[in-house]
Amino acid sequence: MRVKYILENYLFIVPAVLIFAIFYIIPFIYVFRLSFFDWDGIVPLREASFLGLANFKEILLQDPSWWQAMRNAGWITLIALTFQNALAFLLALACDREIRMRNFYRVVFFIPPVLSEIVVGFVWRFIINDVEGANMVNRMLLQLGLPQFVHSWLSDPKYALTTVAIVHSWKGFGWGFLIFLAGLQTIPRELYEAARIDGANAWRSFKSVTLPLMVPVIILVTILTVLGTMQAFVLIIGLVGGEFAGHTSVPVLRILAVMRDSSRFGYACAQGITFGAILIIISFIQYRFSKERQPVKT
Amino acid sequence: MRSSVYYKAKKGAINTLIHLFLLSVTVSCLYPLLWMVSSSLKTQETIFNDFSLIPHQLHLSNYVLAWRAGGFGRYFLNSVFYTAAVVTGIVIVASLAAYAFSRLKFPGKNVLFIMFIAAMMIPIPGSFVALYVLLNKLHLRNTPIGYILAMINVGLSMSIFLLKTFFDKLPTELEDQARIDGCSKLGIWWHVALPLAKPVLAVVVVFNALVVWNEYILALIIFDSRQFMPLQVAIKLFQGEFVTNYPLLMAGLTIAALPIIIVYLVMQKYIVKGVTSGALYG
Repeated sequence: MRVKYILENYLFIVPAVLIFAIFYIIPFIYVFRLSFFDWDGIVPLREASFLGLANFKEILLQDPSWWQAMRNAGWITLIALTFQNALAFLLALACDREIRMRNFYRVVFFIPPVLSEIVVGFVWRFIINDVEGANMVNRMLLQLGLPQFVHSWLSDPKYALTTVAIVHSWKGFGWGFLIFLAGLQTIPRELYEAARIDGANAWRSFKSVTLPLMVPVIILVTILTVLGTMQAFVLIIGLVGGEFAGHTSVPVLRILAVMRDSSRFGYACAQGITFGAILIIISFIQYRFSKERQPVKT
Repeated sequence: MRSSVYYKAKKGAINTLIHLFLLSVTVSCLYPLLWMVSSSLKTQETIFNDFSLIPHQLHLSNYVLAWRAGGFGRYFLNSVFYTAAVVTGIVIVASLAAYAFSRLKFPGKNVLFIMFIAAMMIPIPGSFVALYVLLNKLHLRNTPIGYILAMINVGLSMSIFLLKTFFDKLPTELEDQARIDGCSKLGIWWHVALPLAKPVLAVVVVFNALVVWNEYILALIIFDSRQFMPLQVAIKLFQGEFVTNYPLLMAGLTIAALPIIIVYLVMQKYIVKGVTSGALYG
């Protein structure tokens, strides 16, 4: 009876556990196993040569394109952390006020995030295309009388990466905006009232009430931004095109290129592990850092 | 003392500035999309000459061409099918598991639940490489079922988490009543728990639908045959073949973007809920 009871309960989780085991756990173990081999994905794995940690050594010491990709992702992330999140925070502050059309703004700001990265990439690529006289951003700059700012935004290596970062921010700021706004709305209005009565001006009450209470939300958005932006790559496929190498490559694009173009499955997995480990370490540092900076609650 | 007129004027000025700021961001959000739709209605000849947002002549022919010759009719239906199948799968599998994690007793319950949650937080950027190998081995690569199962897995952890949190807060009276009336466990899950979970199921459905509709990388590595491809992958292929036919490409992009924008506008309440509750697990 007892056994039947428990078996019956297991029935509820069997589908979830099965799918999870096959499509998450096994690939997870596979990634680690493959990372020790030099394997082209075709011959049986037992015929592939075992390399030990050679793949990882190659990543660390002999793969400048990998580290270039890391730096690129770092640059995009830096812009997302500063420009994108500052924009999101300002917009959230603006929409937290008693202001008309609040809901309209809120709905509009989350339209870019619901679109696919492919669609966003292609639409922006079309807007800032290289066809003479048809680049909408450049047309606008010319009309504003700013010809010195006209560039080939995507084909000029000097600007391509920053262009990617700006489009990424365009697509992503709605996330931060919604989370910031939800955070702001949990701050009790009485606190602002009390600050006002104590003679605090708007800046003062922002600094002493809003900011300290928003610290946990800001940290959360920061961590999510780093994890999300470092791993972003589909947008770059849409925006810059198929050439996976070059000045706008990021780590996941390198992994994809190593797997599909060079057929080095083991090396691709080693890159994946290295990258995953780096991401976990960064998140952990951010988390620890935030614990230390957490204001003492009174 | 400054007069109240001064403060009113100051407040009005600040509000105007704030609206200007918000409106400029609004325009930057909407303009690219309007430009996409507008360009899809132009022709090869006019697209790089006619820079008005509302074209002088509307050419719906791009849509007909994209839908038929470009194969977008097929890709659209594929995307609809995958989205429906994956979301249905997630709703059933995740709600069964979440119900068990919340209500039923069995050995290993906590370990299993923590495993699902940990999966949500540990990034494995190269997992598609292993998934490719694994699906090859199982002869599931280049099959719709392989893609559907892989995508169910993508949404599983988050959905289980949302549903379990909901069930934990739900009073058990109705379920107790059903049990006394002789309803089986599965019967209670189906007849009592699921209907009660409608608000959170809506979040799960809408959110996963967005993810599946927009998914690119797994579809890219799983499908070789065009007949199985969803829209996002097809657009990329299409762009490679019709490099310079921008109006046609814009029509294809509109076909891919419009359904998701409509779903978002209708269901935006649930999406906002999903973003904020999803973010709160941190």
